[in-house]
Amino acid sequence: MGKRVLLIEDEPNILEAISFILSRDGWTVHTHEDGETAMQKVVGFPPDMIILDVMLPGRSGFDILRDLRGTDTTKDIPVMMLTARGQEKDRELALRLGANHFMTKPFSNAEVRDHVRNLMEA
Amino acid sequence: MTIGPKSKIFLEQAGYRQRRLRDAVRMLPVLGIVLLSIPLLWPQDSGEMSYSSGALVYVFGVWVLLIVLSAFLSRMMHVDGDPQQKGPPS
Amino acid sequence: MLSFNVVIAISLCYVAILFMVAFMAERRAMMGNATWLYSPLIYTLSLSIYCTAWTFYGAVGYAARSGLEFATIYLGPTLMMIGWWWILRKLVRIGRAQRITSIADLVSSRFGKSTSLGMIVTVISVVAATPYIALQLQSVTLSFAVFAQSNGHVWRDAELNATAMWVSVGLVIFTVIFGTRNLDANERHHGIVMAIAVEAVVKLVALLAVGVFVVWGVAGGPSEMLTRIDASPITLWDHNGGRWISLLFLSAAAFICLPRMFQVLVVENADERHLAIASWAFPAYLMLMSLFVVPIAVVGLDLLPTGSNPDLFVLTVPLSQGRDGLAMLSFLGGFSSATSMVMVATIALATMVSNHIVVPIWLSMRPNQQAVMSGDIRHVILLARRLSIAAVLFLGFIYYRVSGGGTALAAIGLVSFSGAVQILPAMIGGIFWRGATRIGAAAGLIVGLTLWLWTLFLPSFGADALISQSVFDNGPFGLSWLRPQALFGISGLDPLVHGILWSMILNTGTFIIGSLVSFPTPLERLQGAQFVNIFEHSAAAPAWTNAAAGAEDLLIMAQRIMGSTDAQAIFEREATRQGKKGYLPEVTPAFIELLERELAGSVGAATAHAMVGQLIGGSGVSVEDLIAVADEAAQILEYSNRLEAKSTEQEQTARALRDANAKLTALSIQKDAFLSQISHELRTPMTSIRSFSDILRDGEVGGDAQKRYSGIIHDEAIRLTRLLDDLLDLSVLENGQVMLNEQTGSLSALLDRAIGGAGLLGSNLKIVRTPEVDDVTITTDLDRLVQVFINLIANSRKYCDARHPRLKISVFDRGSHFYIDFVDNGSGIAADNQQLIFEKFSRVADGSKAGGAGLGLAICREIMRRLGGDITYLPGQYGTAFRLRLPKKKLKNTLGEL
Repeated sequence: MGKRVLLIEDEPNILEAISFILSRDGWTVHTHEDGETAMQKVVGFPPDMIILDVMLPGRSGFDILRDLRGTDTTKDIPVMMLTARGQEKDRELALRLGANHFMTKPFSNAEVRDHVRNLMEA
Repeated sequence: MTIGPKSKIFLEQAGYRQRRLRDAVRMLPVLGIVLLSIPLLWPQDSGEMSYSSGALVYVFGVWVLLIVLSAFLSRMMHVDGDPQQKGPPS
Repeated sequence: MLSFNVVIAISLCYVAILFMVAFMAERRAMMGNATWLYSPLIYTLSLSIYCTAWTFYGAVGYAARSGLEFATIYLGPTLMMIGWWWILRKLVRIGRAQRITSIADLVSSRFGKSTSLGMIVTVISVVAATPYIALQLQSVTLSFAVFAQSNGHVWRDAELNATAMWVSVGLVIFTVIFGTRNLDANERHHGIVMAIAVEAVVKLVALLAVGVFVVWGVAGGPSEMLTRIDASPITLWDHNGGRWISLLFLSAAAFICLPRMFQVLVVENADERHLAIASWAFPAYLMLMSLFVVPIAVVGLDLLPTGSNPDLFVLTVPLSQGRDGLAMLSFLGGFSSATSMVMVATIALATMVSNHIVVPIWLSMRPNQQAVMSGDIRHVILLARRLSIAAVLFLGFIYYRVSGGGTALAAIGLVSFSGAVQILPAMIGGIFWRGATRIGAAAGLIVGLTLWLWTLFLPSFGADALISQSVFDNGPFGLSWLRPQALFGISGLDPLVHGILWSMILNTGTFIIGSLVSFPTPLERLQGAQFVNIFEHSAAAPAWTNAAAGAEDLLIMAQRIMGSTDAQAIFEREATRQGKKGYLPEVTPAFIELLERELAGSVGAATAHAMVGQLIGGSGVSVEDLIAVADEAAQILEYSNRLEAKSTEQEQTARALRDANAKLTALSIQKDAFLSQISHELRTPMTSIRSFSDILRDGEVGGDAQKRYSGIIHDEAIRLTRLLDDLLDLSVLENGQVMLNEQTGSLSALLDRAIGGAGLLGSNLKIVRTPEVDDVTITTDLDRLVQVFINLIANSRKYCDARHPRLKISVFDRGSHFYIDFVDNGSGIAADNQQLIFEKFSRVADGSKAGGAGLGLAICREIMRRLGGDITYLPGQYGTAFRLRLPKKKLKNTLGEL
């Protein structure tokens, strides 16, 4: 049984793509689509890793990240952020808030797979 | 808002005329009351039968006089329309 | 001999003609070409409702009994009219400035918008008017009976009652149809006014015709007539000075205190200048109506057998001479006199009953804001008004049945007059004396009402009817100083003079003393200053100091009362005046004042004040606010006005700057966000496309999955293309490089097309339309317009969050433009966002509702601008609502500059 990844993303197609890529690589992928309730989901089910989109309905990915890092049980979970906005200041903000990696859409499938592997090994 | 009428002491002739016309309009009902009270002064028991029609002619005479005076005064007077007309939609 | 059926047929024809006239007048007024309805002639003729059946039939009977005294009833109003500069001019100006709806509203509004005063005045008016309405029913009924009798058929009670009932029912129908068309009681009832004007002419012509016939046809000329008058048993002049002066006073006072006269004199007055003309024209009308009264009475007494009812001479004299046509004309004249009076009286009373009794009670039964924000107030008020009309007439009918219709017409009329006149002290005191207070007015009114009931109204039923003979003789409980016709032991006075004297003296006295010893509330003082000094300051001091209500709440309330068109017009005008766009002005104290006054035009001052108070939170004027009002020196006033003008200007500039700044800040954030937005919108579909094409290229999936993934790629590619199309479209529109393709087509067909193209398949959005109004022809770029429609419908499909989503599309013709409203039943858009939604990529509510890229409304706005119209968010609709404004005239230069 592989390690558990929680994928928080509201675009269903992207969700499906990433789930496919990671499950093929041996991960157990759980998904969540809403920003508002994401924190509860994480706390109730601590995953080994989180992939977090910035533009989420209800609550932005940055806010969720800030909460994750401010909560004892979740502050050490590796987080990879995804964004389609592609602005440099977003990257800076994400890293300052404690993201482990920041990736801009669109990405190649290999890129996602490699970064997830790297994060887990680190 | 314009300056109220009290703020000027002397007016040009036209304005003065308008003022006196307004006074006249104010006095008209007083004149009417006086004229209509005169029959009360008529001798009580004159016994003359001709008094009946005389009273009738007098009252209607006063009436016509008041109407004519009022018509004359209101024609001479400029009535300033009020600020918010409720007229037909333009 | 006129057969009775012919009489009935002619009466029905006459009613039908009146109906047509009223209907046409309404039509003309609605189409806007009815300037003649606002002429001084129509105004003067509408005043003629003073001459009721009491005048038409009763004046002759009065003259036959008491000689020239009958003329006092018409000389009093003559004095009042020719002295219009004193009282009437002031009443009309106040009525206009304060949007007064009735005499009860006037008193209530003057004394601090008091609900209880409004109720007292309403009760007095209804009680006083009921006998008078009964009188009209009686006269119509009796005149029918005369014809029946001349056909050899003597009517009994059953037939009389049935006639009275049918006449009442007919009057209720006519009055409800033409009297409750518009809720704003301050607006004119064109149909009714026109019908009354026609009836005014008919009754004058009829009476003059009978008079001419009597003088020239029977007596043989004026001088013969005078001889005959001298020879007749009537004592024309009997030297009763007390009655003569009392009756002059009574009729002059009643002329302005009767609710129906107040209605036509003040409420329906369209122009102050009409008063100047009516000041002589109406006395002339009264004089002509009275001219032949004595001759008819004298000839009637000569010609008809002793014992004939002189109240019917106008009808019976021509009949006895075989002049059937003349008799018929005379009958129609009497019919006109009665019906026109009843119609106006019931409208005036119904307005008072609904505004001052029904609505306050209805409001007090609901807690707080609920009353003004929910429920259709308009509907409640209109219904109340209609029911009140029926109730007032029913009361009149009951009185007619109970009183048996026996008493002489003149007696009932005078009793009714003296009841209405009890309002005089409060009214005159209110408009001339700033020291008059609510307490004083209420006390005076109650004392006056009580005395009137005791000395005049109850005795009018006769001894042993309601008051027993022993009470007349010895007073109640043996208290002889309380004898109804000899109060305080002063006996020997004429009962009418006695009643008027005591009730007026004690009413006025109580009013003055009550005012002197009590202290007015700030609102009373404010209103007092505004009423008494109506000609000096027309600028009002604000009655509201702090404005906690949101503009949208106020708009919702205003719409519930005035209807959406009028309410929106008022809000839009105010917003424009403040230099803002849209329908939501800043809620300033001045605006609340204005709004309250507009509402008062529909529901009366007290109710309007209470309703606004519920929304504002009850923060009315304070004593400090009144200091400005107390300051009367002209210089200070002018100085402060200048200051005020300046500060208004500054305020306006500051507001404009503030708005511009807010918009700029919002825009720059938007501009900044624009790039990241466009990036996001483009990259999201690209991400899916890239990922799935990677997967497919690796060849790891097959069969169904492969099919599915290529489907996703296809869809996302289309999404990408559409986004690029939109962006391109918008940039073309914004740069004005668009060529409009003008066509003519049916709006209804366009909407059909848009609904078909909006992708409603599989959505449960229900479209509600009004096909009978949206079937108009328009000339514009139809394809572009459809694009806007599709956008709005699609928006509603995507964002309407109601359980049963419904989109209502309505079309309004507004002269130079068509308004097309798209209103759904979702949760609407918050006021802060209503301006922003038209900006690019401004999906509101933090992007939670996915779907389009947020370009749709921006495109719509650009298209509507190109088409010469615009699109605005329409607040206060309980849902998301957009209004398109589309000009009717052809587009001029359709090629934008490059």
